[in-house]
This record gives sequence, C-alpha cells and structure tokens, in this order.
Amino acid sequence: MRTFITTIAAIVTLPLSAQLPSATVTGLDGKKVDAKTFSNDGKPIIINFWATWCAPCKRELNAIAEVYEEWQKTTGVKVIAISIDDTRSTARVAPYVSGQGWEYEVYLDPNGDLKRAMNVQNVPHTVLLDGNGKIVYQHNVYNPGDENELYAKVKKLVGK
Amino acid sequence: MTLTSRTALSILAVLSVLATSAQQDPPTGANDLQVHGNFNIDGQLYNPDEEIGAVPPPEDWGLNAWGNLIITKGAFEAGLRLESYTPPLLGYPAGEPYTGSGLGYRYARYSQDDLDITVGNFFEQFGSGLAFRSYEERYLGVDNAMDGVRVKFKPTTGVYLKGFIGEQRLGFNSGFTKGPGVVRGVDLELSLNELLDSLAVKGRNLVIGGSFVSKYQEDRDPLLELPENVGLWAARLNYLSPHWNLYAEYAHKINDPNSSNNNIYKDGEALMFNATYVSKGLGVSAGVHSYDNMVFRSNRAAGPFDLNINFLPPLAKQHTYNLPATLYPYATQPNNEVAGQAEVFYKWKKGTALGGKYGTKLAVNGSVAYALDTLRIVDDTVTYDGYTSSLFGTGDRMYFSDFNVELRKKVSSTWEFALTYLNLGFDIETVQGKPGKPLIYADMVILEGMHKLSDANSLRFELQHLSTKQDHGNWATALVEFTFSPHWSLTVMDQYNYGGAVETDEIHYPLGSVAYTRGASRIQVNYGRQRAGIFCVGGVCRAVPAANGLTVSIASTF
Repeated sequence: MRTFITTIAAIVTLPLSAQLPSATVTGLDGKKVDAKTFSNDGKPIIINFWATWCAPCKRELNAIAEVYEEWQKTTGVKVIAISIDDTRSTARVAPYVSGQGWEYEVYLDPNGDLKRAMNVQNVPHTVLLDGNGKIVYQHNVYNPGDENELYAKVKKLVGK
Repeated sequence: MTLTSRTALSILAVLSVLATSAQQDPPTGANDLQVHGNFNIDGQLYNPDEEIGAVPPPEDWGLNAWGNLIITKGAFEAGLRLESYTPPLLGYPAGEPYTGSGLGYRYARYSQDDLDITVGNFFEQFGSGLAFRSYEERYLGVDNAMDGVRVKFKPTTGVYLKGFIGEQRLGFNSGFTKGPGVVRGVDLELSLNELLDSLAVKGRNLVIGGSFVSKYQEDRDPLLELPENVGLWAARLNYLSPHWNLYAEYAHKINDPNSSNNNIYKDGEALMFNATYVSKGLGVSAGVHSYDNMVFRSNRAAGPFDLNINFLPPLAKQHTYNLPATLYPYATQPNNEVAGQAEVFYKWKKGTALGGKYGTKLAVNGSVAYALDTLRIVDDTVTYDGYTSSLFGTGDRMYFSDFNVELRKKVSSTWEFALTYLNLGFDIETVQGKPGKPLIYADMVILEGMHKLSDANSLRFELQHLSTKQDHGNWATALVEFTFSPHWSLTVMDQYNYGGAVETDEIHYPLGSVAYTRGASRIQVNYGRQRAGIFCVGGVCRAVPAANGLTVSIASTF
C-alpha cells in the first residue's frame, strides 16, 4: 500500500506533459506510420477518432469539412482522422471519405492500437495538439456546435 | 503465473522508481515522464417489469467499472487496468462470466527505433485477422488479450516482422483468467514500394504478407486422438494506387476437431477478396468471402465468444440507426459461409442540378450471405472429415440479405434531412440460435432531421419504422434530441411494438437521457425501458436483455 501511495504522490506532483505515443497506423495508401511522427510544421493538429458506423462522428467530421478550408487558411491547422473501423469495415473507409469529399489526412487503426495508447474509450474523440506536438485539449462526444469551441482553442494557440 | 495484488504492487514499485527518478530530470520534451489513462463506470438500478419480461438480478443493480493507467518515459512504457464487476450488468459479458474486482491487464513495453518488445498483456492482429486477432471491445465484454511476449522488428525499410507467444484471456474472477492453450505466431509483411527503389512508382504500392499461427492444447480425451498442435497459415496481397485498392487473403487451417465442428478432422479454409475505387466525390467498394470450418480457439471446448484466436469479419454494413442496428444485425458463421457486399457513395456537388445549394449525398449498399454447399460423407469412419465442400460453392440456405439506400441533403443553412430505406432478410434460426423460427423479411424507413437553432443549440429527430410479418411484428421509434454545445444534451425516445401475433405484444418503451460533457469527461443518466436487443460495437455483438430502470455512466480520459 505504501508503494502505491508513493507512486500516486510522485505522479500527482510531477510537471506532466502529454505527447503522441508510439503506435503504428496505416495510411489509405497502405504505408505504415508511427503516430509519434505526426507533424504540421509547427502548427496545431487536430486528431479525430471516428468510425464509419458512428453517426455523431460523421456529423462532426462533416461539420468541420464545411469550414475546414477557412480553418486552414486562417490558422494552418491540420485535421488527422483516425478510423477505428475493424477489418469488417476498413474497406469502406476510403470510399466513404471520398463520397463525403473530405480533405483530411485519414489513417486506419483497425485493432485500436493508437486508440488504446491514447486512452480513447468511445468515438467520437477529439484531441488538439499545439505546434510542439503537446496535447492541450481533448473532447469526447459530439454536439453540433462543438466545432466552434474547438476552433476557438485552435485560434488561441496560434494567437488569433 | 497467478495474478495477485503483489503483481500489481511490483509493477507500481517499478513505476514509482521511474517516477521518482524522473522528478530530478529537467523536462526535455518526448523524454519526459508521461502519465495518462482513463476510467469508465456504468451502473444500473433495475426495476422488475413483467410487461417487457425484465427480471432484475438478486442484487437489483449492476456495476461495470475499469480504469487504465499508462506510464511512458522515453522508450519505456508500462500500463495496467483495474476492473470491477460487482455484479456485472445484465447480459455482460458475451462469453465467460466476469466477477469481482482486480487486475485485468498489465504490461511493460520497450520500443526504440526498429525494435518493439512487450512482456505481459498485448493486443495484436495479423493481416485482416483470418489467422490471428487479439482484441478488446470493452463495452461488449469481448477481450481475448494475450499474456506472454511479443516482439516487433523492422530489419530494413518496408520489412515488418512480428512474433509472439502466450496464453489468452478467458474471463474475469477478481483478476483475469486464462484459457488452457498456448498460442504462438509469426508474421512477415513486405511493402515493396518502400523496400525496392527500382519498383517505386509514385502513389502505387504492393504489400505482401504471410502468417503462421499455431496453438497447443493437451489431449485428455479418452476416446479421440486429438491433435495437440494445430497450425494455421495465411497469405495476403494488397495492391494500392491513387484510385484502386485490391486486397486478397487466403488462410488454411489443418485438422482441428472442436466442439463447434462436431469434432471432425477436416481442414479449414478461408478466402477473401476486396476491391475499392475512389475518385473525388465517388467511392465504390465490393467484396466477397468464403469461410469453411474456420473456428480457431485455444480451447477446443470453448463457447462462441471465448478464446477465439482469429477474427472472421462479416460482410454486412453495420447500421447506425437503432432499429436496424439492434434488432437483426448479422454475425459471421465462421464454419460455413459465402458472402458478398457492394457499396457506392456519391456526392452531387454544390451548384449542380441534384446538388442544389449545399450538395446531396447518396449511399447504396447491398450484402448477402449464404451457407456453403456441403455434402455429408456417408461412411465417415476413415477420414472423419464430416463433409465435402468447395470454397464459394453456395448452398440453398440464405442467412442474411440487406439492401439499403440513404439520401442525405442539407436544404437550408439550418435544416438537414436524411432518408433511408432498408430491406432485410434474416435467418434468425441460424444467426441468433432460435430454432424453429421462420426466415424474417423486414422493410424499414427512417427519416432523420437536424435543425440548427443557433450556433450552439440544435434539435435532431429520428422517425423509424420497421414492418415484418414474422418475429414480433412491427416497430416504430421516435427520438428527439436537444443539444446545447459544448456541455449538455437531452434525449427522449419511445419505441412502440405493435402488429405482432399476440395483442399483448403492443408495448411502449419510453426512455429519457441527459448527458453532460466537459472536455474528455462525460456523465450520462438514462431512465426508462430498454428493449431486449443485440448491442454491437465494431464487428461483434452481445444480446442485451429487456430492462427497466436507471442507468448512470461516467467516463473520462486524462
């Protein structure tokens, strides 16, 4: 028990930083990429966990798609969409993305490796990284309008 | 090795040493000590409700809870999960029971450059899973985590080698329990575009892969001479270009008499093909597969949800609306199935005749699954093969068919509608194991509307109707949801069952729900009736019994 308390005490008093963990995801071009190498030239990144069977996820990514061009122009932010579809539906991901006209960088995480490494429980789950790759904000669930709150945080990061 | 709190404490001891040493280091970006995790609590208070057949457990409540903690420092990572089921929610999990509180998962991992070693629990998948998939769906209670050693090695660019050995998680009894078998496997994948510069064509790639997985289980059968080691090999090929993605995988299992195949000695086979085509605004996907005698478990006598070594994905769209998603979802028949699916997504651009001011989206999907054409061997005293068959030989029995069309249109800056039609054929006798029930044919129409009241406030409604002359008759669902971004949502739903054979089948299932979200934390309270149904996440499902009562869910990621 003492060890446990020491550990908890040590953890609580630490200046913690959270960055992207090491976990392999596969691009729609078949290339394997380690999530810890995600970058956007020093500008913020939004990582969004979604699935083709998740209705609120699709609502969120469609809502962002409508304003994505403006977000990029103003802040340089990049959206990375991580599909947690397993092999039942991984083949549906690329056609779905294309049929929606999404311009996001999309990766497949069919066995939940990155999802687990980032402690994501259910989708949609959104993570915002600053220009140094540090996690500054996370959000679970999607209610229409949540994208405005997310964008306000992105703008704050780039000082706009 | 038995799991005790001592194991947990020794892990914590290692972590605490790390934590203390890290305190003395100045923060240096990625080498900082990082601690993160999550927790989830689902509690339910049950009321008896004779009308819907809801019977509370003796305790009158159920509680599922778990918390994960991951600590990383540079190349080192360690994690654990504590779980508690006191008692578990009704119908949870799908397979072997979970009970009590304790350690459900723990591991230590070292990953640097091209080498990645994990000791303890891990999840892993080879190819599309035909040979091996260890995974979790916590909300369903599916977890066949390995406990052993895994090594991943990348000798050069474009070459990926993986190997593992271990036992599988079975259930939970104040700590995770394991099956009696041992599983080991290797997988090699070559990404030719990355490996051979001479082959490199921009935007194209050819990926080839192969796996071998074997299980060991002692033979204690007094009568049968059972193979103690059973091997399965698989090979896969994937061609990718900017527009095309073609995938094929074949798996072959040597004789594996087990409880699911009546202890026959026939080899198992699986073959799948998939092709997708994409261009701007258009996506097409088509696939077929055939599974013959492919159940592969680390205990020959295990039940359908337990100790699965491989994963045989179903070829059927996973629906998102409540009625099609929970009444008749399809589940793979791993020993005997031929299936196909095709799907088209299309977007009419803004400003075109059909696109209108905001664009129009169409999705058309069709899938069908049949039994394999098999011929029973009459005198089976020589080979004990049970039957003869050929891959893609289609039998007479249809398990499932689904045709659906969805049209989605934003009609103004504040209104959006989606209209869906589905036609379903469902062999409930085979898929849900209900003998003597006829094949179900059902038609469904669903209208969804979304209205923006302001930048932060929205209203959404769903009207769903299912009609069938078989099973329990018709269902109508009405749902209204108010959302107040970024924190609150309020949902009221009623499902009405009518038109069945018995008049007493006319039942309402009202349910109210309030949810509060802040960042990555969420608390949700539901009250009302919950229809008996099939609850699915990803590709797997569990049956949820009818219930009446109060549900509280709390989840957080930190």
